[in-house]
Amino acid sequence: MKSYIAQRLGIAILTLVGMSIVIFALLRLAPGDIVDILFSTAGYVNESEKQAILKELGMDRPYWIQYLDWVRQILTGDLGKSYRYDVPAWDVIRPLVPVTIELAVLSIIVAVVLGVPTGVISAVRQDTALDYVLRVFSLAGLSMPSFWLGMVIILGMVSWLGWIPPLTYVRPTDNFKAHAIQFALPALAVGYRSSALIMRITRSSLLEVMREVYIRTAWAKGQAGRVVIWRHALKNAILPVVTVIGIEFAFLIGGLVVTETVFNLPGVARFLVQAILWRDYPIVQNLVMFIAIVVIFSNLFVDMLYGVLDPRVRYG
Amino acid sequence: MVSPIGVPVDLVVVGAPARPGWGTVLGRFVRRKPLGAIGGAIMVVMLLTAVLAPWLQTHDPIATEAAYTLGRPNAEHWLGTDHLGRDIYSRIVHGAWASLVVGVGSTLLGSVLGGIIGLLSAYVGGKTDLITQRLLDILQGLPLLVLALVMSASLGPSIRNVIIAISIPIIPRASRVIRASVLSIREMQYIEAARALGVRHLRTAFRHILPNTVGPFIVLCTAQLGSAILVEATLSFLGMGIPEPYPSWGRMLSVSAAEYAQKAPHLVLFPGIAISLAVFGSNLLGDALRDTLDPRLRGSR
Repeated sequence: MKSYIAQRLGIAILTLVGMSIVIFALLRLAPGDIVDILFSTAGYVNESEKQAILKELGMDRPYWIQYLDWVRQILTGDLGKSYRYDVPAWDVIRPLVPVTIELAVLSIIVAVVLGVPTGVISAVRQDTALDYVLRVFSLAGLSMPSFWLGMVIILGMVSWLGWIPPLTYVRPTDNFKAHAIQFALPALAVGYRSSALIMRITRSSLLEVMREVYIRTAWAKGQAGRVVIWRHALKNAILPVVTVIGIEFAFLIGGLVVTETVFNLPGVARFLVQAILWRDYPIVQNLVMFIAIVVIFSNLFVDMLYGVLDPRVRYG
Repeated sequence: MVSPIGVPVDLVVVGAPARPGWGTVLGRFVRRKPLGAIGGAIMVVMLLTAVLAPWLQTHDPIATEAAYTLGRPNAEHWLGTDHLGRDIYSRIVHGAWASLVVGVGSTLLGSVLGGIIGLLSAYVGGKTDLITQRLLDILQGLPLLVLALVMSASLGPSIRNVIIAISIPIIPRASRVIRASVLSIREMQYIEAARALGVRHLRTAFRHILPNTVGPFIVLCTAQLGSAILVEATLSFLGMGIPEPYPSWGRMLSVSAAEYAQKAPHLVLFPGIAISLAVFGSNLLGDALRDTLDPRLRGSR
C-alpha cells in the first residue's frame, strides 16, 4: 500500500512538471504580450519605456530562466506579481477561491442529489417509459450549454416572476438570503449537467450489479425490494459513481468558467478568462497550474478511496 | 461460369450468407434504436441546413438594419432581429455551418492523431507505450475547456485555430480508446499469422489491426462530436472562438444577451436551442452507435 502510494505520488509529480512546461510554453506562443496591451490602452509609444517595463517584469530574460524562476516561485509558495495589477498574484487570487469552491461544492451536491436517485430509478425500471423519460432528461442536461441554461433561468425569473437576480456579488455576511439565491441558480445550472453523467453511470453500474447471483439470493429470501436495491445492490454499484463524482468535481472548473461569467460571480474561473485576455502570465499560469493540481490530486484521492469503500481492492 | 478449381461459382456463393444491404441495416437500426434514429435525423437536418444555408436564408446574415434592432419574431424576421438588426433565423442557419465545420473538423483531427498515437503506442508496447501514456496524461490532466481556452488564446482567433485548439484535448482521449482496442487485437492469432508470413510491422499495424478498430473509432468520434460542438460554442461565447462577423451560435449568445434579455428574450433562446439540439442529436446517435457497434460497452458510459 505504501509503495503504491509513493509510486502514484511520483507519477503525479512528474505529470505536474510536464504540465508546467506545456502551460509555460503555450502562454509564450501567444502573439502580443501584456506590455503591448498596456501600451495600447495607455497610449504610450516610447520604445525605451517599453523595454524598461519588460525589464522590470523580468520578461527580457531567456525563457528557460523565466521558467525556472516560476518553478522556484511555485515551490516557495510565492506566486509572483500580477502584470496588470502590479500586486502579488496571490492577493488577487485569494479572495476568488472561496467563491469558486462554494459554487463547486453546491453544484456537486445538486448533481449527486439529482443524479443518484434518478439513476437508481432508471435502472430499476429499465426499458419502461419512465426509464426513457429519465434518460432523455439526463441526456438533455448533457446537451445544454450550462451558461445558456443559466441565462434561461435568469430569463425565466425576469419574465415570469418579474424578479431580477442580484447581478453583483453579495457577501453571505451582508445578506445571506440574497447570497444563497445568487449561488443556488448557477449551482442548479452546473449541477444539472454533472447530474446527467452521475445518473448514467449509476444506472449502468447498478444494472450490472443487479444481474449478480447474490442479488438473486436476496430476492429469493424474500427481502423487500427497497432493501435489496438500496442496501445490497447500490453498495457495490457505487464505486464507479464515486469515480465520476471525483472526476466531475475537478472538471467542474471548466463548467464554472462560463457560469461565473453569466452570473457575474467573482470566482477563479471567471477571472481566468479575463487574465487570459489580458495576457497576465503570472495569473494565468498559476491559475491553470492550480487547476491541474486540483485535478491530479482529486484523481489520486479517488483511487485511494477505493480501498476504503471496497475491501476487495488491495494495492500491491 | 466455372471457378479455377472447376467448381461452379454458384455453389461457392450460396455457401456464404448474403451481406444485408444498407437499407436493411438502416431499417434495423431505426427499429431497435428509435432514439438513436432521432439523433441521426437531427444530425442529417443539421448537415443539410449547413450545406443549404445560402438558399435557406431569408436575409443576409451579416447585413445590419438600424431600423429593425431587437425586433420580435414576425412574418418578415421569423426569429426576430438582434441588437444590430441582423436577422436571427438567417444567422442560425449559417451558424450551423461554423458549428459543424469546427465540431467535425476538430473531432476528426483529434481522433485521427490520437488514434495513430494509440495504435503505434499499443503495437510497440513496452517502455515506448509507458512513456507515451505518461505524456498523454499531461494533456488529459486539464479540463477540456481550460486547455482549449489557453490554446485558442495563444493561437489567436480564427476558424483554423479553434479547430486545432479543440482537437488537442481530444488526442489523449482518442488514444486511450484505440490503444485499449489494439492491445486486445494484437494478441489475436491472425496477427501472429501475418507476422509469421513476414508482413512488416508498419503494414501489420495499419493494414491488419487498424481496420478492426473502426467500430470503437466511430463510437469515439460521435461521442466527442457533441462535446466539441459544445466547446466551440463556449469558446465563441467567451469571445475566443470564431471571430466576428461570421455567425456562430455561441457568439450570438455572447452579445451581452443578459443586457437584452428583458427586451428581447428571443436573442437568448433561439441560438441556445440550436446548440442544444445539435449536441443532443449527436449524443443520442453516439449512444445508439456505441450500443450497436460495441456490445461490450452496452449500457455503460
